[in-house]
Amino acid sequence: MPDARNSILSRLRASRDANGIAPQAAPPSDFTPLAEKKWDPAERLDRIRRLMEAVHTEFLETTEAEWPAAVRGFLEKEGLNSLLYAPATEAGARLAAEWGEGGPELVPYDRPVEEFKERLFDGVDAGVTTTLGAIADTGSLMLWPSADEPRLMSLVPPMHLALLKADALYDSFWQVLREKRWADGLPTNALLISGPSKTADIEQTLAYGVHGPKRLVVVVVR
Amino acid sequence: MAVENVNFAAASRKALQDPQLRANFRRAMDGLVTKRAAQFADAKEWNGVRTLAASVRTRALAKLPELLEQLEANLTRNGIQVHWASTTDEANAIVLDIMRRNGATLAVKGKSMVSEEMHLNAFLEEHDIEVVEADLGEYIVQLDREMPSHIIMPAIHKNTKQIAQLFREKIKDAKYTEDVGELTDLARRVLRRKFATAGVGMSGVNVAVAETGTLCLVENEGNGRMCTTVPPVHIAFMGIEKVVEKLEDVAPILSILPRSATAQPITTYFNMISSPRKPGEKDGPREIHVVILDNGRSSIYEDEELRNTLRCIRCGACMNHCPVYTQVGGHAYQAPYPGPIGKILIPQIEGLERRGEMPHACTMCNACVEICPVKIPIVEIMGRLRTEAVKKGGHVKGAGARASAREDAAWKGWAAMYSSPLAYRMASALMAKLGNAAPASLPLLKEWTSARVKPRFAGRTLHEMARKKGIPDA
Ligand code: SF4
Repeated sequence: MPDARNSILSRLRASRDANGIAPQAAPPSDFTPLAEKKWDPAERLDRIRRLMEAVHTEFLETTEAEWPAAVRGFLEKEGLNSLLYAPATEAGARLAAEWGEGGPELVPYDRPVEEFKERLFDGVDAGVTTTLGAIADTGSLMLWPSADEPRLMSLVPPMHLALLKADALYDSFWQVLREKRWADGLPTNALLISGPSKTADIEQTLAYGVHGPKRLVVVVVR
Repeated sequence: MAVENVNFAAASRKALQDPQLRANFRRAMDGLVTKRAAQFADAKEWNGVRTLAASVRTRALAKLPELLEQLEANLTRNGIQVHWASTTDEANAIVLDIMRRNGATLAVKGKSMVSEEMHLNAFLEEHDIEVVEADLGEYIVQLDREMPSHIIMPAIHKNTKQIAQLFREKIKDAKYTEDVGELTDLARRVLRRKFATAGVGMSGVNVAVAETGTLCLVENEGNGRMCTTVPPVHIAFMGIEKVVEKLEDVAPILSILPRSATAQPITTYFNMISSPRKPGEKDGPREIHVVILDNGRSSIYEDEELRNTLRCIRCGACMNHCPVYTQVGGHAYQAPYPGPIGKILIPQIEGLERRGEMPHACTMCNACVEICPVKIPIVEIMGRLRTEAVKKGGHVKGAGARASAREDAAWKGWAAMYSSPLAYRMASALMAKLGNAAPASLPLLKEWTSARVKPRFAGRTLHEMARKKGIPDA
């Protein structure tokens, strides 16, 4: 409502000016307390692992050469039958190329969700996505979903496998925002994910997988 | 569920007689207090991040009108539609209009306290639109047609048995189970269908970034991500105070909010939304609307002291640490925001005529002030509201509503007595002689003694005893 807009803004401006608070007088913030959050690069992964395992995240260690086979082996061990993947990404193309015969079915997310809802909500056991790296301070993965790697891949299937490059580890979210200049251009959706979906709404008892994945598996690629 | 007659005293008396309710709260709050303290074990770190978070919020408020305009411009540039509402009625009408234009009859909603302020669910139901709360706690209270009793843990007043019973009664084909995992699965099953079929998804906003035109949401369950990604239309609700200036300003808030709220280093999901679905993208809503609600906030903003209220990041820690809240629970406040923040916010929004009682539900112990992550002087504002309630011509809506000539006269007499040594001596001697004979039911005294034992006066005054000990000036 345009009237509401103008009346709210003019009211705010009038009262702010009446109190003599010039906007430029508001002091800039000192971010030192966040800048001080630093870890030895060698310690970052241990810390991420400890924090994320505390909230039921699982870890799978593998190498650049072997990760597609490692993912397949893991799914077979867990008895899962299908994996949602992003065919147009580099990782997705490689996964498909090296998947081989038999084994769990690879399901491409290659259509708009409207044409894909039934399968997505009821017919895939796991989804695999890339990440931009992880944050040591809080044990969080960073994801920028895209046209090629859609948003729901990390949310709807009961298991989310997240590929994490072992050299893409950062100290804090603040450091990433600054150094990677996120403010210069954010995608449609950016995410921090720090564990599988969880709730404590029933008498503070933790339960996993209330809406999103029940299991989060970080695939550490060295 | 709009609350018609509010009576905190009566509601809290009732709550105090419910041992189950008190046990549920006590256990939950004690646990949270201990776990939160462990998260902030490093006092230097706590002080540093807290000072930073408070400065981010203070700076945002100092530039509020400019930041709101910048936010609007950047959201619009990103393809997100902005709507302004002075009142909750206006906000509800905006939502209804969007729903109708899209032919939507079902909405799924993530946690949004502003939508509680709007009584949105009741409003939409009157217009034959179904709204399903998707946060598990909110879903539970909605099934039982209750209000949330805590801003972070809406169903904290219920125990597992009560929830098990409720699910069996209200969910089709549900078996009785007290297994929390099974109960959660049950809700997952019901709500997944709703996500997949709803025409509109709704959410709150934890922080809106002016610099980039981004809406940030903090959550553990994933229902917020579902509501903002699966349905074709997303409507987000925010109060005018929720904006920050820079993207990096989000970092201190994200650092301190989950630790204060639920004693976690971070929530499972931190969801930053900057645009509707772009061409080529395969999911996400095609339309995003943001409803920016005032509902009395611009009036709070006018007063320098009261403005501090608007720094709040809705962590709920003040509730967890409040001795009154812990005893009576959230429903006694009969308001969307209970506990300390509710006691200062609701009277300012709804007026002292209706809510003048709320700031009195406080022992002024200062526990909330010590843990508030953005340093809101809650207790000072509480005192200010008590004064405004009995003094005409104040700033807050309904100032002077509780003024009483009798009480005023009593305090004037009290002040006069305390400023004259002679009058004080005469009065205290008189009390020592006759005080115990005065019945507890005397006017004015009655208000105090209705919930407390009348104090016993000593037979001799302190002055008399001191003189007897040989202290000369007594
Ligand atoms: S007043 Fe402070 S402690 Fe209470 S909810 Fe707001 S930010 Fe949290």
